[in-house]
Amino acid sequence: MAERPEDLNLPNAVITRIIKEALPDGVNISKEARSAISRAASVFVLYATSCANNFAMKGKRKTLNASDVLSAMEEMEFQRFVTPLKEALEAYRREQKGKKEASEQKKKDKDKKTDSEEQDKSREEDNDEDEERLDEEEQNEEEELDN
Amino acid sequence: MADAVAGRDRCGEQRLVSLPLSRIRVIMKSSPEVSSINQEALVLTAKATELFVQYLATYSYRHGNGKERKALTYSDLSHTAEESETFQFLADILPKKILASKYLKMLKEKREEDEEENDTDDGSPGDEAES
Repeated sequence: MAERPEDLNLPNAVITRIIKEALPDGVNISKEARSAISRAASVFVLYATSCANNFAMKGKRKTLNASDVLSAMEEMEFQRFVTPLKEALEAYRREQKGKKEASEQKKKDKDKKTDSEEQDKSREEDNDEDEERLDEEEQNEEEELDN
Repeated sequence: MADAVAGRDRCGEQRLVSLPLSRIRVIMKSSPEVSSINQEALVLTAKATELFVQYLATYSYRHGNGKERKALTYSDLSHTAEESETFQFLADILPKKILASKYLKMLKEKREEDEEENDTDDGSPGDEAES
C-alpha cells in the first residue's frame, strides 16, 4: 500500500534514461519536462489499471491478468503498444519457463549454493504475493462488511 | 522490439522491463477497486508504461516547438496533452502555463459568467416557488 505520496512516483533516473533512449542524441530535456513525464507515467499506470479492472470485472474475475491489460491498451487508444506488449509477454513467459527449468536442473545437480540462492529468491517472491493476498482478503472482508 | 530491450542489459542479466515492478504494483494497488494483480499483468503494465514514456516523449518532441533548439520542454508536453486525443487524459496534470495576470482575468470573467447564469437560473423557477 502506498503510505506516502512519493510512493506513487516512479524513479526519476529510470524515467530519464527511457526518455533519453527514445529521443535523438543530444536533445536536452528540461527538469520540468522530466518530472511532468514521470507524473504522466504514474497517471498512465492508474488509468491502465482502472481500464484493465473493468475488463476483469466484466469477466467476473477478481485478479487482473495479461489479457485485461492488453484490452485496456486498445480501449485507451494505445493499440500501437499491443504488438510489442505481446512480444514482451512471450519473452517473459520464455524467461519464466527457462528459470523454472534451470532451477529444476540445479536441484537435480544438487548444486547447493546456487540452488539455495534461487530458492530464496523465489521464496521471497512467493511470500510477497501471499502477504498481499492476505491483505487483499482482509480488505475484501472489510468492504463486504461495509456493504 | 522486446528482444532489443531484453538484450540491452546493464548488469549482465536479461532485463525485460527497467521500471521497478514493486513500485508499479504499489501504484496499481492504490486504485481502490483493484483487488489483485497477477504477475503477467504487472509485467505488462510496467512494459506498457515504458512504451508510454517513450511515446509521450517522442510525440511531444516531434510535435513541439523545441526541435530547432534540440530541447524538450514542459510546454511541448502540455501542448501534447491539449492537442492529442490519445493523450487527453493528461490534460489535468499537464496544464498549460499561463501568466498569473491572465489567470486572474479569466477567473473574473468566469465569475461574471456564472453570476449571469445564476441570475437567469434563479429567475423563473424562484418566482414560481414563491407564488
